[in-house]
Amino acid sequence: MTRLDGHGRIDRSRTLRFVVDDVAYTGHPGDTLASALLAHGVHRLGTSVKLGRPRGIGAAWVEDPTGLVQIEEPFPEPMLLAATVELTDGLVARGVGGRGRLAQVPDTARHDRQHHHCDVLVVGAGPAGLAAARQAARAGEDVVLVDDRSEAGGTLTGTETIDGRGSRDWAADVVAELAASGTVLHLQRTTAFGHHDDGYVLALERRTSGASRQRVHRIRAARVVVATGAIERPIVFEDNDRPGVMLASAARDLLHRQGVRAGSEVVVFTSDDAAYATAADLHDAGARVTVVDVRPTPPAAGPCLERDIVVHGNAVVTGAEGEDHVTGAVLGDGRTLPCDLLLVSGGWNPTAHLFSHVRGALRYDPELGAFRPGEELPGTRVVGAANGVLDLAGGLRDAVGDAAPAVVEQPRTPTTVLWRVPGDPARQFVDLARDATVRDIERAVGAGMTSVEHVKRYTTIGTAHDQGRTSGVIASGITAELLGRPIEDLGTTTFRPPYVPVAFAALAGRERGDLYDPVRTTVLHDRHVAAGAVFEDVGQWKRARHYPRAGEDMAAAVLRECAAARTGVAIMDGSTLGKIDVQGADAGVLLDRLYTNLMSSLKVGRVRYGVMCGNDGMMIDDGTVLRLADDRFLVTTTTGNAAVVLEWMEEWLQTEWPDLAVHVTSVTDQWAVLPVVGPRSRDVIGAVFGDVDVSNDAFGFMTWQDTVLDGVPVRLARISFSGELAYEVHVDARYAPALWDRLLEAGRPFDITPYGTETMHVLRAEKGYPIVGQDTDGTVTPQDLGMSWVISKKKTDFVGKRSFARAENLNPQRKELVSLLPTDAATTLPEGSQIVEFRADGALPPPPVPMLGHVTSSYRSAALGRPFALALLKAGRSRVGEVVHVPVGDRLVAAEIAPTVLVDPEGARRDG
Amino acid sequence: MSTPEQPDALWRNPEPKKSYDVVIVGGGGHGLATAHYLAKQGITNVAVLERGWLAGGNMARNTTLIRSNYLWDESAAIYEHALKLWEGLEEDLDYPILFSQRGVLNLAHTEQEVRDAVRRVEANRLNGIDAEWLRPDEVAKVCPIVNVSGDIRYPVHGATYQPRAGIAKHDYVAWGFARRADQAGIDLIQDCEVTDFVVDGDRVTGVRTSRGDIGAGTVALCAAGHTSVLLDRLGIRTPLQSHPLQALVSELLEPVHPTIVMSNKVHVYVSQAHKGELVMGAGVDSYNGYGQRGAFHVIERQMAAAVELFPAFARAHLLRSWAGIVDVTPDASPIVGTTPYENVLLNCGWGTGGFKVTPGLGQAFADTIAHGRVHPLLAPFSLDRFVTGALVDEHGAAGVAH
Amino acid sequence: MQLIPCPWCGPREQTEFHYGGQADVAYPDDPAALTDEQWAHFVFFRDNPKGPFAERWFHSAGCRTWFRAVRDTRTYAFLPGSSA
Repeated sequence: MTRLDGHGRIDRSRTLRFVVDDVAYTGHPGDTLASALLAHGVHRLGTSVKLGRPRGIGAAWVEDPTGLVQIEEPFPEPMLLAATVELTDGLVARGVGGRGRLAQVPDTARHDRQHHHCDVLVVGAGPAGLAAARQAARAGEDVVLVDDRSEAGGTLTGTETIDGRGSRDWAADVVAELAASGTVLHLQRTTAFGHHDDGYVLALERRTSGASRQRVHRIRAARVVVATGAIERPIVFEDNDRPGVMLASAARDLLHRQGVRAGSEVVVFTSDDAAYATAADLHDAGARVTVVDVRPTPPAAGPCLERDIVVHGNAVVTGAEGEDHVTGAVLGDGRTLPCDLLLVSGGWNPTAHLFSHVRGALRYDPELGAFRPGEELPGTRVVGAANGVLDLAGGLRDAVGDAAPAVVEQPRTPTTVLWRVPGDPARQFVDLARDATVRDIERAVGAGMTSVEHVKRYTTIGTAHDQGRTSGVIASGITAELLGRPIEDLGTTTFRPPYVPVAFAALAGRERGDLYDPVRTTVLHDRHVAAGAVFEDVGQWKRARHYPRAGEDMAAAVLRECAAARTGVAIMDGSTLGKIDVQGADAGVLLDRLYTNLMSSLKVGRVRYGVMCGNDGMMIDDGTVLRLADDRFLVTTTTGNAAVVLEWMEEWLQTEWPDLAVHVTSVTDQWAVLPVVGPRSRDVIGAVFGDVDVSNDAFGFMTWQDTVLDGVPVRLARISFSGELAYEVHVDARYAPALWDRLLEAGRPFDITPYGTETMHVLRAEKGYPIVGQDTDGTVTPQDLGMSWVISKKKTDFVGKRSFARAENLNPQRKELVSLLPTDAATTLPEGSQIVEFRADGALPPPPVPMLGHVTSSYRSAALGRPFALALLKAGRSRVGEVVHVPVGDRLVAAEIAPTVLVDPEGARRDG
Repeated sequence: MSTPEQPDALWRNPEPKKSYDVVIVGGGGHGLATAHYLAKQGITNVAVLERGWLAGGNMARNTTLIRSNYLWDESAAIYEHALKLWEGLEEDLDYPILFSQRGVLNLAHTEQEVRDAVRRVEANRLNGIDAEWLRPDEVAKVCPIVNVSGDIRYPVHGATYQPRAGIAKHDYVAWGFARRADQAGIDLIQDCEVTDFVVDGDRVTGVRTSRGDIGAGTVALCAAGHTSVLLDRLGIRTPLQSHPLQALVSELLEPVHPTIVMSNKVHVYVSQAHKGELVMGAGVDSYNGYGQRGAFHVIERQMAAAVELFPAFARAHLLRSWAGIVDVTPDASPIVGTTPYENVLLNCGWGTGGFKVTPGLGQAFADTIAHGRVHPLLAPFSLDRFVTGALVDEHGAAGVAH
Repeated sequence: MQLIPCPWCGPREQTEFHYGGQADVAYPDDPAALTDEQWAHFVFFRDNPKGPFAERWFHSAGCRTWFRAVRDTRTYAFLPGSSA
């Protein structure tokens, strides 16, 4: 065991059991999976992706380029860093071979979101972040403070002194002050992973209680303070990928947080001062430590001198010995220092990702050997180590200026920037996660590549889970050396969100199943469910498609519903119909400009069908228009286009014709619409609305009348989408269920039959009425549909008119709406079928086979006693009576081209 | 499945010459492919001018789907031409481009999507393109991880399936074309931004670049999202709009997703790349933008859609997201052909289709340059169609992105 | 997700808005008098600058105002005070 008494901040009173690679271990609350394994002397985790080399734990937090595990229990999750997995009881994991595995069972965990608005968001609760948060809180600002680790304090170990107190006591004081302030939201275990425009930061909280496993905090901050610290940078040498080679800072972190000494015979290879503290702490924890310092003149004073730790100055480690675990460090002079832990420190890379996310320019700092924020950004400030200020006192001053607490520190000796030492480039690993070596960079440059982006893609450096956190700048440095160009000219690859990998489910949040997209139902939905309706999705609406009785399939149900509508009476819920109340002195002018036909001439009390086109002359919607008053129309739209048409009207009104005195308001949800259809509909309407004269003379086709039923206003309209005698009943949606029941009751003697959208489609198709979006596809004009009659000749202009005169609109080969009658009178053509010329030999020629058009709608007709279809067909109207072929599977089905109106072409039925 | 060794030599980095017979503006996939096919026609006094690094724009940022199951004859013809070239491209380029024909499913979630899907399948078959309509149970056989049960917001009603569709490794494709062009003596010139044109009457005699003026016999524009910026210098207006299009990858995962799945209603577009990462394309961001980044809510919505349709993806991790600049047209079809300047040829507006057409466009565009007339496969895509109204409306009819 | 300055409501989340493309493309006074080419330019052809761009936006999930604003297509930033 390498767990040390008297070290660390874990809860030793509780023991957690866990299993890695089928071996059972124990640990404590406060452990990470990595620390708990290291406490048992286990470094090795899995193998590398390409070369199959042993991999181990390389760092103590998100910077680890190796140390990946597959979680098996409590729920499979791929490719997590052991260093970032908080130990829980019963955890089962295994090392991976470079790839993870997804669960075979659904994830039942909940992931959710929370929104915050604040004056200041501070990211990072290390010394700089704590100081910044405290300063803002003291100024009375609303503060959100997030930090990715389990406790605040960052890299403070307690050995430092701030304001005369132990640094961890100081941190605890600040945390307590923030908690007491009442204006600070402080979230630990919360990683800010994306910084977007206008102070918008997304942070992922790993929750330890509550209903959700993880929560994405969406934070909108007036100012963002980035205090995310820095990540230690390795130096590349031969076999630097061996388990037991770690970042120096990681060993110190493990010692102070979890009381784990990651080795007992330690070589520290460094070009920077920070590793000396690690050396000293490990020494004090009982390890034998040797320091190998690149610099000719290592720090003269300091902890190593005080402790008689051997320091080899002007020396380098050129290789690691050992296979599954490091056994020695080979020095530049050929000597080998035996060791079981080889720590590396080549300086520090500021964690400036959140600055880079908002396109802050990074500048190469030759003293740091790293890229740091190189400009001021409005609303974003980077402070402390993240800004390249590595000493504690300087970092605090960088964060809060003169308000910084007092710190006494040794002066820093400059870091020597060294990307790699001499050696076999094929064994010098730059990106351990991708098995990418210095040799790979050499080959990329040799192949002609001169851009870091090319080198990255050629070598795959920086594309793994850590996105090049430790390898990126080294790869740039080595590339620059090979090209003989300054690294600052070359730059580094761009940091993009997310800062750390985030589970899909966490980003998806609760938007799954019924919450994926709103479900809209009409006020009669429960009635339809009770009646056994089968629903279809139309836009966001659930619409009753048909109402099968016991033993009926859809075909049978639809035949029955159609027969009822054509021979008796049927009723449907048309409430999803879009409804727009158009009011104002210029209401008629607006509609004249938007509809192809004239609406201003419509008399009050009358109804007119209308068509709208886009500027390109293609049909975008159709519907009926009721003139309610001189200055008021009720416009109906198709279900799917209600919002589109409203927006269309508002766009024209506000942007082109602000002079028109018109207001448009959606009343779709306010009014229920119940079409009552069939030869007996007059009986039903007459029975329910006794005070209305429903005779044809008194209540003609395409007129409407208002009435009152039991004190409730009702509007009746003679509108037919089936060719039958029909009434639309409009009523305040709140009263629709009661009225529906009344109509059903009154219709009982006539066996009134509820029908769904499928029957509606059949009935209208028998009459040749097109459905926008089914019989049109954005390339169809009203003329193509045979509706030249709906295009006003009187109006000088309306939206789309000019496009009708373009060459292609006048092409005689345009596709036109026709009906198709399969000559066998038996085959229902699949909707979407293509149409080809009749083939006398009954066989298709080799492709490409010229196509004439396609089947847009196809049904079995109860009225016709046969199947029929609507189709868009090249020059279709001129070909009525001809026979074409429709490939269906391996067959060619012959079909006769016919006019669109197949049932009651004389229109004799609509008046009953 | 590790990546293949890359070659030791890819390209020279030559200084630009004073002039070339053909100057290709834009060193992306289309520019490099055009160069390669020009070389095959014996035309090698050619420069490809790239403002950044070769294939660093959309070529580096796309999600590598290759398919030809487009609705209209004109689109199907050029994309099928491309697909046939893809099928021999590894040999032609002598480069391991990791072309993997694993098929594409386009899911249908509503009755209308079913109609549209059947319409497209039937059109594809008559055009000689492999296409099938699959019921939900058949969808599950092709891709067992798609949730075909009824318990999602928009249940899967079926899918179109093109077995010959596939993916390839975009960088290797670009480098393969580049290496071939370079070997043929074509100059690939990086860090060379075209800033203006030297105009003489109705001819362009050269380009002004960040590395000096370069004379040109013919100028071929392959600048994708930046085409409008160049055309502005020539005073040519187009209907092009440049939008951000985002994509993302997960970490490396064991094989879990054997094909490519696309859905418009539940916006998902996902494949699993050779190394094992899930590769996803998000929707086009609504506004014009040259920033090579999009809004994150688009990514979040994409994740919701992915988990909705693929419950197994719940614990996969978003590793990296990015964006390209797609140049889109009102009819979702490209603009290729002549311009008012007799020796300037235009190639743009491919939107989400640019990668998959790369060899087809390169071959046909090179042929156009070589013979001084627009290749028949490209002729339907003239700028003039917006005047006559003869659009090739791919989104109106098929609603298929990517 | 950025904030968009609605002239009526003030800055609001991007998801509340619909994009309306280039601003200041007026409907022709007399479409019938235009050539096919002139008409096509009105219907389909739009500027696509890399830089400041005057655009229309619709606050669809808010006050339902259509407004004009200038945004830089390189940075996506709205020019201060440009929305009206």
